[in-house]
Amino acid sequence: MKKIIFYFLVSSFFILGCSSDNDVKLQNTKITINFNHSWEDEKVTKDDFNDVKFTNKNGEKVSIEKYRYLLSNIRLVDANNIETKLSDYLLINVGEEKNLSFSTEQLILEGTYSLQFNFGFSGEDNEKDYNDLNSVNFNVPSDSPLNGGYHYMQFDGKYTSSSTTTPAPFNYHAVKAEDIKNPAQPTPREPRDTSFGVTFSDILVNEGGEVIINVNSNIAEWFENPHTWDLNKLNTVLMPDYDAQILMNENGQSVFSLQTDM
Amino acid sequence: MKMDNQFSVYKQICKLSYLLFFLLLLSCSSEKNEQEDEGYTPVFVSLESPQLFRDKIIAPVIPENNPLTKEGIALGKKLFFDKILSKNNTVSCATCHNPKKAFTDNLQFSKGINDNLGTRNSMPLFNLAWNFDERFAWDGKEFGLEEQAFEPVTNHLEMNSNWKEVANKLQNHTEYPTLFKQAFGDTPIDSNLVVKAIAQFERTLISGNSKFDKFLRGEIELSPEEENGFAVFIDEARGDCFHCHGSEKNPLWTDNKFHNNGLDTNFSDIGLGAVTGDPNDNGKFRTPSLRNLEFTAPYMHDGRFSTLEEVIDHYSEGLQFSTTIDPLMKKIDKGGTQLTNKDKKDLKAFLLSLSDYDFINNSSFNP
Repeated sequence: MKKIIFYFLVSSFFILGCSSDNDVKLQNTKITINFNHSWEDEKVTKDDFNDVKFTNKNGEKVSIEKYRYLLSNIRLVDANNIETKLSDYLLINVGEEKNLSFSTEQLILEGTYSLQFNFGFSGEDNEKDYNDLNSVNFNVPSDSPLNGGYHYMQFDGKYTSSSTTTPAPFNYHAVKAEDIKNPAQPTPREPRDTSFGVTFSDILVNEGGEVIINVNSNIAEWFENPHTWDLNKLNTVLMPDYDAQILMNENGQSVFSLQTDM
Repeated sequence: MKMDNQFSVYKQICKLSYLLFFLLLLSCSSEKNEQEDEGYTPVFVSLESPQLFRDKIIAPVIPENNPLTKEGIALGKKLFFDKILSKNNTVSCATCHNPKKAFTDNLQFSKGINDNLGTRNSMPLFNLAWNFDERFAWDGKEFGLEEQAFEPVTNHLEMNSNWKEVANKLQNHTEYPTLFKQAFGDTPIDSNLVVKAIAQFERTLISGNSKFDKFLRGEIELSPEEENGFAVFIDEARGDCFHCHGSEKNPLWTDNKFHNNGLDTNFSDIGLGAVTGDPNDNGKFRTPSLRNLEFTAPYMHDGRFSTLEEVIDHYSEGLQFSTTIDPLMKKIDKGGTQLTNKDKKDLKAFLLSLSDYDFINNSSFNP
């Protein structure tokens, strides 16, 4: 018994000795990411769907009927580039209110991190099979000239404009860019991975064990920056449109932001 | 003296408790033996998912409170084919859900008791355990397969019965009390047990061996027409069927979601809208699977199309605008994407390659 007490006391001293106020603590931390959505500054939820009430930069009135997108390789990265994986991927579905908030418990050090993720699957990740995504028809047919993989986003709705007064459909579907060989395009361009990375710095993990990160997706950005999107010209059948996919990639870069005024 | 009395009472209580406990043990033991001796312990079984289902999509939905058992499935099958569930013993589930027709009938509207006509086309039944949202019927009004099975029994156009009568008939039947006991133990026969058994049987109705399945498994080749038909199906500029019906990675051939596919400008039946109360859902109906279309005519929720040609023509040039029409319906001002005659013919050939003869000829689905 005396021996046990002796060992206990010695171990306690060692443990106490290791800990000091200046050390960085490894702690179990609950990390929550909320995925919020807006049209410019106006919050968007599923209750705002099916109403041709938003106006894009080109002046078309727009409704949202489906808005689901995939984020992959969601991770926290510290100053030494050491990554803590939070999730392999998430399919966020605003209309069905799925994955609008994601939580995970991670054993990480206190400190400053960046939150990083990819919009869509990049590279080899887009060639794997994901049964949950297949089950909700998020894949791209592999026998087609589009060569398989997965959608990055399905954004469906209707629009009206000065030339289209009856609401007409648009299917703003982001996928990897594949140039389809046809008589007008006898030498297709190389396929291009149009997924893109997003990084938000200065995520603080403090003592206390909980971090809440609010990521906003400004839907209007898909239509405005840097390219003013003309729905009269680019509305449906955009998946096999190589150039449209490049435009989506470029406009998508400014869609996501870190929200601090919650 | 007082202490002695208290002690004596305490001793008596202890003795009585021991006796009661012993009796309880005996009674439990005897019940268990009786169940085992008379074969009343149901045998759990697992669903036999086809290879493509296992490889490509997530696991089927089996409620924790209704696991599949050999006895439950057998009872469900007997109930499914038995007219005893209807008020005048003239209609069974199988009356409108014939195994030879992929568990539908070939009528525009199904006939209930006294030849009453329903208002919707009878849906085929297969792969129901893979309806992940568990919204059943054309308008999604039933949540869960068990819940769905409640409805036809009391629907006045279908079986027009009431559950008390049904339970009495089953209780006084020569076979059912034993079958229920074997499947569910000593619980009294009631509507909950009936729908549980039927749902168990329905979950075993699995269709996964069509020509196209065999093609995907690398066992056979498609004809050039079927190949081109599939190309039309997955081409966003032509058929664009895959966004709702899936493609080679979803062997269900449906998303089980609700869409307005442009049948009408004004609705006589508002479908999902009547269930949710949301006008944005008016005219939306659940996407049916494209498997077994060869056996399931007529088509659409109201059985308005007699042939697959009519269905394809509708999507090609017959779309009608309404505010809730799905944005996946393109070129509505022209009625659709204007498929060529060859593409239409080949699309039909592809659709027919989803016919599963093994399913409709499966003798284990016969009464």
